[in-house]
This record gives sequence, structure tokens and C-alpha cells, in this order.
Amino acid sequence: MTKPIKQHLIDPEICIRCYTCEMTCPIEAITHNDDNVVVDADKCNFCMDCIPVCPTGSIDEWRVVSEPYSLDEQFAWDELPEQQDLGSSEAETGLEALDEAMAHLLAEAHAGAGGKAKAPASAAKPSINLYTLGKPATAKVQGNYRLTDDPEHDVRHIILDFGGLPMPVLEGQSIGIIPPGTDANGQPHLPRLYSISSPRDGERPNYNNLSLTVKREAQGLCSNYVCDLKPGDEVQITGPFGATFLIPDDPDARLLMICTGTGSAPMRAFTMRRQRSVGGKSGGMTMFFGARGEKQLPYFGPLKKVPKDLLDQNLVYSREGAQHYVQDAMRDEEDKVADLLADPKTHIYICGLRGMEEGVELAFTNIAESIGLQWTALRDTMRDEGRYHVETY
Amino acid sequence: MLDLINVSYDTQIPNNVGLSSDKKVLKALERWHPGYINWWNDLIPQNFQESMVYLRTAVSVDPKGWAKFDYVKMPEYRWGVLLAPQVEDRRIPCGEHAGELAWQEVPGEYRNMLKRLIVIQGDTEPGSVEQQRFLGLTAPSLYDMRNLFQVNVEEGRHLWAMVYLLFKYFGKDGREEADDLLRRSSGSEEAPRMLGAFNEETPDWLSFFMFTYFTDRDGKMQLESLAQSGFDPLSRTCRFMLTEEAHHMFVGETGVGRTIQATVDAMNKAGITDPYDTDKIRNMGVIDLPTIQKKLNLHYTLSLDLFGQEVSTNAANAFNAGIKGRYMETRIQDDHRLQNDTYKVLDIENGVLIEREVPALTAINMRLRDDYVRDAAGGVGRWNKIIEKAGIEFELKLPHQAFNRKIGVFAGKNFDPDGNLVSGEDYDKGITQWLPTHADGDFITSLMKPCFEPGKYASWIAAPKVGIDNKPGDFEYVKLHMA
Repeated sequence: MTKPIKQHLIDPEICIRCYTCEMTCPIEAITHNDDNVVVDADKCNFCMDCIPVCPTGSIDEWRVVSEPYSLDEQFAWDELPEQQDLGSSEAETGLEALDEAMAHLLAEAHAGAGGKAKAPASAAKPSINLYTLGKPATAKVQGNYRLTDDPEHDVRHIILDFGGLPMPVLEGQSIGIIPPGTDANGQPHLPRLYSISSPRDGERPNYNNLSLTVKREAQGLCSNYVCDLKPGDEVQITGPFGATFLIPDDPDARLLMICTGTGSAPMRAFTMRRQRSVGGKSGGMTMFFGARGEKQLPYFGPLKKVPKDLLDQNLVYSREGAQHYVQDAMRDEEDKVADLLADPKTHIYICGLRGMEEGVELAFTNIAESIGLQWTALRDTMRDEGRYHVETY
Repeated sequence: MLDLINVSYDTQIPNNVGLSSDKKVLKALERWHPGYINWWNDLIPQNFQESMVYLRTAVSVDPKGWAKFDYVKMPEYRWGVLLAPQVEDRRIPCGEHAGELAWQEVPGEYRNMLKRLIVIQGDTEPGSVEQQRFLGLTAPSLYDMRNLFQVNVEEGRHLWAMVYLLFKYFGKDGREEADDLLRRSSGSEEAPRMLGAFNEETPDWLSFFMFTYFTDRDGKMQLESLAQSGFDPLSRTCRFMLTEEAHHMFVGETGVGRTIQATVDAMNKAGITDPYDTDKIRNMGVIDLPTIQKKLNLHYTLSLDLFGQEVSTNAANAFNAGIKGRYMETRIQDDHRLQNDTYKVLDIENGVLIEREVPALTAINMRLRDDYVRDAAGGVGRWNKIIEKAGIEFELKLPHQAFNRKIGVFAGKNFDPDGNLVSGEDYDKGITQWLPTHADGDFITSLMKPCFEPGKYASWIAAPKVGIDNKPGDFEYVKLHMA
């Protein structure tokens, strides 16, 4: 079988045939007949110029296909075909990113879910790949704040402003940062992925900015670059990426969030989204958040101010007093976790270092057993329903 | 350096035309500005002026970042002067100068013709805002209210665009024309708007949707043909306006579509299959399909009149001069001069409809009208798909071009919607079936109850399939100012 490709399509049920996209396309990849406006898969190079000019939202449609839909097929459509099931390889058949390198990075990060990830049923529709290595966006650094009180463990809160450039992001998505300079072969560096830690309407509501949570790694090319950024500096950005690690829009959904270190970034975005959209009137959020200690826990101060009816916090420290990890805290709160596992409204999010997966899986296995459920079966069901999400690195 | 892509805010008027270094034009625009703001403030009811509306503002002419969405109070909207980037070495696309370099200054021999085209275009923009001024009060949802105001502020910006051209290129009489654009007013006895359709009332939301679908589509076709102009500043202005105009088409097509959706949903829910079971259907708080057809007949035929006479020497002159092209001129494969070509136009001979070959140059209006009819038919087909999908037997149709015309060869003739010439008696009898009656208007008005709760819609209209700017269903598109 040939390798599946990602194809750009236009939703004929939403499109009003204004042809603005056709006029905008710099390479005449868009055309129309009396019925439909269509994209020629042989020509489209994913430059995305047509996306922001569309007045309807019909233009941002993608399918992974083994054989691209021809122009004639598209002309004959009354509605878009469903996504075909092309197998379980997320990198090749998912739509988390259009470019291969980013798709593989995300597939690797999601591997711990045990199968192909799906977005929550009520999640908003994400935009992906608006900016690429060849055509990145330029953002300006608005702020760079230290989040931890330990020089050996430097975690930064970086705020990036996109000015007039559209950067539609959803909580849980990532963006790529291109470190300046070139690699040993003289090629530009590939972007590094960072999870967005602010909600969709901006770090500050209705400002076109977003935040990242970045830890300085001793030999990290990009993390040192990012952690040293000063206000006013310009940064080259790709993305957004990610189409499944998303928050449900359903306010009754219950969220169970398990994270360590900078894995808290999407959890912060989720929490702020809930806070700004429904406040405390929701199905609730429960968090298990692990760090070495208080001083190394990102957002320790701000978290103290988040009310419990919005976010039930379990902060867990591995180097203060008893060595305690998130899985230990989950066991301590077995009843709470069991109640969540049994509820079809529950959505689980796990984010942090890959090493956390094993312990968390084991804790889930034990707790599920205690209520007569088989964990892997439950996990697979939840994942297929868009309720189980893992992003580890 | 002059940044021609991003908008400069260093003057009161956002622009990408280097206004700050063009003192004369800047001064003229600044002098005109208060009158414009007064016009705006007197127009739209006060509590809406103070509401926060989630609007898009053009901030650049680069497709990637041309617009920004944010809450804005309408009087504080940044109406700017934005032209699409200049295309290097652009050539005049049509007429006797075809192939010559496009004009960057007004060619003297075409000055009056150009000015008149710009003034007519400019006159329609505030006209439609005036027609729609009270609709906010009866908005069927905050989403629709937002769309209305978006259309309004962009029509306002389009007025700015035309006024800029008048100031920049037409000196003293340009300034006088710009003042007159604010002096004339839709429906006024002493100083009406220049074109008939812009003096009609827009009494209800279905009229608004029909207007944006049919009449704004004429505007789109006119902009398309002015975008082909050999006078480059006009071409660049219109090209950018078309990006915004697409939203107006969207509001019209989806507005009518959602009205139909609500009707067929209600019919199915109540088990009504006969679309002519009018009383029962109306009792459910939705608009029956035959009435929607009548509204369509009215707005479509009014809009056809905007294309002028089928055979027109004015249109021929404008094309020949390279001032106004055809729809998608650059994509048409011919000599772009039309000296020896012919084109078929409709005519009447001895009371019979015929097609007549006339010199293509004189049929420029007719050709644009034909393009318009094709463009307009597409959406009607998509509305019919909604009806068909609901399993109801009814088909909306564009009436024949001869029906209900006030301009052109069919003006004042008794054609029925199928294009048959009928007696005066039959015409009078039929007219209540073909065009909306006072009673129809009263019924539609009775449904125009405001619905201002986020995510909720009036009974007669369905929710949209997709939110503006990808917003969720219950997004508060307008934060109403409660006085």
C-alpha cells in the first residue's frame, strides 16, 4: 500500500462559493465549477494563505487518504466524505500535524495511550500547521518569568505576542520554536515542540498572545535559547500542532489531570479555560501534580489561589519528607479516582516525563480492579471515545 | 520606509497608503471624518453604539493576517484606507488600451467617467447601512446582530475607500462629491440615494438576508468589474474590498438557509408535508416556503435592475476605455477588446421574448448580469438541498429576468415569474402569489422578536453550523450595553 497523504478539502455544505480562496491562492491550486470549489491535491503546498480569508470556516478541512480525491470526485460532492480508517499509525494516518517531522514527534509523545488518540467529542475544531519551517510566524517576547525558586531547576513562563498575525490555538495544542542558527550540516534547526500553557483567548483575554512553560535543560539547544529570551526579542514559530489532546467544551465533563514538571502546561491552559468559560459551575477538575518540591513546582504560587470547586489539587513531592510520586497520591485518593474511572463523563490527561507512565498505569490498573474493571479494556474504550490522552516526552 | 502591507496607525485614519506623508489628502480626510462619525452616531440606536461587538478589523492586506477579531464599540471601529498591494508591471486588461501599463493617475479623458463610477459605488455603501439601521432592535440572536454590525462597519469602510479615491485623485469636485455622499440618504424625498434598490426599506431580517444575498451580490459583481480597472488605485481598492464583501455574501446565503432550515425542521416536527399549508406552518412561528419564494422574487428582480440597460453605450465606453472590465476579465480567453464580437441579449419583439445578437461591447451590462444570475443561482440550489434533505417537496426558483422589472427592455411589462407575457388582469391577480403582500410583511414583522441570550435563536431561524472565528455556540458575540 502506498503511504497515506494528507489532503486539503473544502466543505461543500458550508462553502458559499465566494471564490475568495481561489483568488487568494498564490499557485492556482483552487478551482471551481458550477457546483463546488475544490482544491487540487497535486498542486496544494499547504501554504495556508486561503485559510484566514474564508468567511465561512469551510476551508479548513483535511482528510488522510491513501489515494487523493480527484477534482471530479470533489465537484460531485454534496457533503464531505467521512475520514476513512487507514490503520492505527498516528504519525501516518492522524491529523495532528501536516508535516512529517512534527507528526512523528507528536505520535511518539502520544504512544503511551496504547492506541490511536481521538479528540473529545465536544472539543472545538483545532487549526493546525498554519506556519511551517519554510513560512514561520514571527512572535515578539512580551515576558519571561521564572516559575521556580531553584537555580538548578530553572522553569520559565514565556509570553509570546503575535501582533496582527492570526494564531488560533486551543488548550493542549503545541507550537514549534525554531532555534536560531544551523546544525552541523549547515541546515536550519528543526523546530522544538512546546505545549501552550494559556487558554485559547490569550494569556491575557482577547490579546493575541500565548504562554509556554519551558524548563532549561543543561545541554538543551532550544530550551536555553528560550529561557534566555528577553522582552522584545523576536522568535520564529511554527504550528499550531495537535488535534486530540484537547479539552471537551462540555462543561459537565469531569477532568482528571496527571502531570509532572512542565507537563503542567496544558493543565494550566485547561484550568484557565474552565475558569474563564464556566467558572466553578462545571463537572470539576482533579489534578495530581508531581515535582521534587514546592520550590521546583511550576506555578506553585498561582495554584494556591485557584478555588477547590474549580480545581481539586493534589500536589505531590518526591524530595520532601517521604518520597511521594503522583501514582502514590492517586492510590491515597483511591475512592476519588475510582469514582472518576467509573463515570463516562470523565476525561483523563497525562502529561510529563515519559518515566511517569509506568507508575500511573499501574495505579490505574489497581484502582480499576478494585471496582471490578479491567484497566486496559477501560483505557481503550476511553481512548476511542476521546477521553484518554497521553503526551509524554 | 513606507510599509505597504501592514497598516499604519500614525494618523487618525489607519491606512497603507502613506497618508502621514500625504498632508493634503490627510487633511481633507480629517476634515471629512467628523461628518462621517456624526452620520454614524445619528444612525444606529444608541445602546448598540455603546455595546461591545465582536468584530473583525482589517489590519493588513496580507492574506495571512488581514483581519483581527476583537470586541469593539462600533463608533471606535478603525475605519481605514486599505489597498491591495500594487502588482508590479500591471497592464490594462481590456479595451482599446489593453496591454498598456495601468494608470497610476487619472487619465484626463476619462476623468468624469471614472469619478461617476466611484461616486455611484460610494453611494451604495452608506445607503445599505441606512436601510439596515433599526434591524439590531429585532435581531434573532447575538450572532446575527454581530453579523449585521460587521456588514455595517465594513460598508462604512468601503465608503471610506471610495472617499479616499475622490480626495486623492479628484481635487475640489472630488471633495464636493464626498460631502454629498453623506448628504444623500436612503429613502429621502429631497436627496435620495442614487440607485433605486438602496432607497427601498429593509423592514425585517429576512429582507436583510435577501438583500445581502441578492443586492450585495450585485455590489460584488460591480466590485469585481472595477477590480479589473486600468486605473490601478481603483483596482487595488476594489480587490481588497472583495475580501470583506465575501462575508456579506456569507451572511445572506446562510441567513436565508437557516430560515429555511427552521421552517422545514418545524414542518417535520409537526408532521406537515404540504408546504402550502400556510396557516399551520405560520402558527409554529416559522416562515412558510412560498413566502420565502415571494421575498426572493422581490429582491432578485430589484437587484437585476441595478445592472442597468441591457444594451448600453455607457458600459461600452467604460469597457473600451479600460475603466471597467468584465467579471474575471483576466481569466477570459479572448482579445479583451471585443471590437468584432457579438453577445446575445434578451429582448421583446412583437410581444415575444427573443434573443438578439448585439455588438459585445454594448452588451457589457448584460454579460455581467448573466454572470450574476449564474452566481446567484448557485446559492438557490444549495437552499433547495436543505429542503430536499428534509424530505419536503418544494423548490425555490429564480424568477425569469423579465418579471417585475423597472429598468431595461422589460420595464413595466406584465411578465409573470415564468417569463410569460400576461394580461393586466392576470398580472394583478397573480401578483399576490408572486410578490410579498402587506399581510405577508405584517406576518414576518410579527416574528421579529429580539433574542439576546447567548446561544439562543428566534423561532424562525436555525442556529449556524459554524461559529464566527470558530467560536463555540454560546459565544457572546455582542456584550449588550444596558442603559
